Amino acid sequence: MPKITVTVNGTSHTSEVEGRLLLVHYLRDTLHLTGTHVGCDTSSCGACTIHLDGKAVKSCSMLAAQADGSTITTIEGLATGNELHPLQEGFKEEHGLQCGFCTPGMIMCAADLLSHNPNPSEQEIREGLEGNICRCTGYHNIVRAIQYAANKSLVVSE
Amino acid sequence: MIPSSVDYTRASSVTEAIRLLTDNPDAKILAGGHSLIPAMKLRLNAPSLLIDIARIPELRFISDEGDKVVIGAASTHHDIISNEAVQDMKAMIEAGELIGDTQVRNMGTLGGSIAHADPSADWPAVLLALGASIQVQGPNGERSIAANEFFLGFFMTALDEGEIVTAIHIPKLAEGQQTAYRKFMQPASRFAIVGCGVSVTVEGGLIKDAKVAFTGVSDAAFLDEGVAAALIEQPVTLETIEAAANAAAEGDIHINEDHFSSQAYRKHLAKVYAKRALAGACGLD
Repeated sequence: MPKITVTVNGTSHTSEVEGRLLLVHYLRDTLHLTGTHVGCDTSSCGACTIHLDGKAVKSCSMLAAQADGSTITTIEGLATGNELHPLQEGFKEEHGLQCGFCTPGMIMCAADLLSHNPNPSEQEIREGLEGNICRCTGYHNIVRAIQYAANKSLVVSE
Repeated sequence: MIPSSVDYTRASSVTEAIRLLTDNPDAKILAGGHSLIPAMKLRLNAPSLLIDIARIPELRFISDEGDKVVIGAASTHHDIISNEAVQDMKAMIEAGELIGDTQVRNMGTLGGSIAHADPSADWPAVLLALGASIQVQGPNGERSIAANEFFLGFFMTALDEGEIVTAIHIPKLAEGQQTAYRKFMQPASRFAIVGCGVSVTVEGGLIKDAKVAFTGVSDAAFLDEGVAAALIEQPVTLETIEAAANAAAEGDIHINEDHFSSQAYRKHLAKVYAKRALAGACGLD
């Protein structure tokens, strides 16, 4: 079985995994990081989005073995202690969720967007979220939540 | 959904990947895996061994080599559309930005897409329109295959047993050459129902060279010679383009049909998207 070493949310883990083990199952079942969700399981909905070496990817569509040597951030890795990440705060303040199932993926994808486009337009936010599906909100408040985070981050960095 | 049991190994060089592939006939090459892993999850594919080539340094680069841009096969869609060397090749950017979504573009690779040869994939039409060539390496050494000899049919390419795609060579644009890509996409998967990549070279107000390629229309991406021929030595006007585009997907060609689109509708879309892509390339949209 492949032996992998990954750094997840700052902690290094070494595990023997089955070749066929999907990364999302490694995160949820082996590392017990259940904030990353399995939604559609067909690369469509984005609920399983994590960051692999700083880029948003769908963890249901890759093997744990493919991540060997990589740095991973999951939704659990965004907050600093009790202080929410600006995106987490934005989703709370702007009511960016109803059932919350899609939220971790939305936030991880939005974090990728803001990392290379800190002040996106509404259209750029909507395009940036094309790989994430929400069945509750109609997206309006999700867009507002991301605008909230962008505004807050801009204020902080100024 | 869980794939069948499979062994996994990471090749450290192209030579090692080819040796592993030759020694294990049931093995599959894994790059981004964004076609292969979903197929394995559906048990449509059950290789005995996955040979991961995604992190081989000699496969992940984009370089400007004077008269051409060379793209390593393991370059992701994101690598390509964010690279300075291809920014003037509008067809590359317009196609790349429409592939899947952010997350898919961060993992999926150019080499993987063309080796997989999905009849609805975007890159094949662009590579045909740009006159690209595909570098491949196998147990008998290296060779170069012109894009118009690479895509042979439904998920079928000119790759021989044991060969892998190593790089894609794209000629730099000539003076007066413009390119574009337009597609009518399946709304959930974002695969092309009809995708059209074009290259038009204009000199003295007349079209001197044209390439018009389709994906999604037939069992493999193809160059539509009828449309191209109707453009040569014509002035750059919407009338010229519309007349040429009406020749699209005619003649002895198999047209795909599925629950999204009948053959007649696909043929109609081919004409519409040829017109839009040509107008885009000529700055007339």
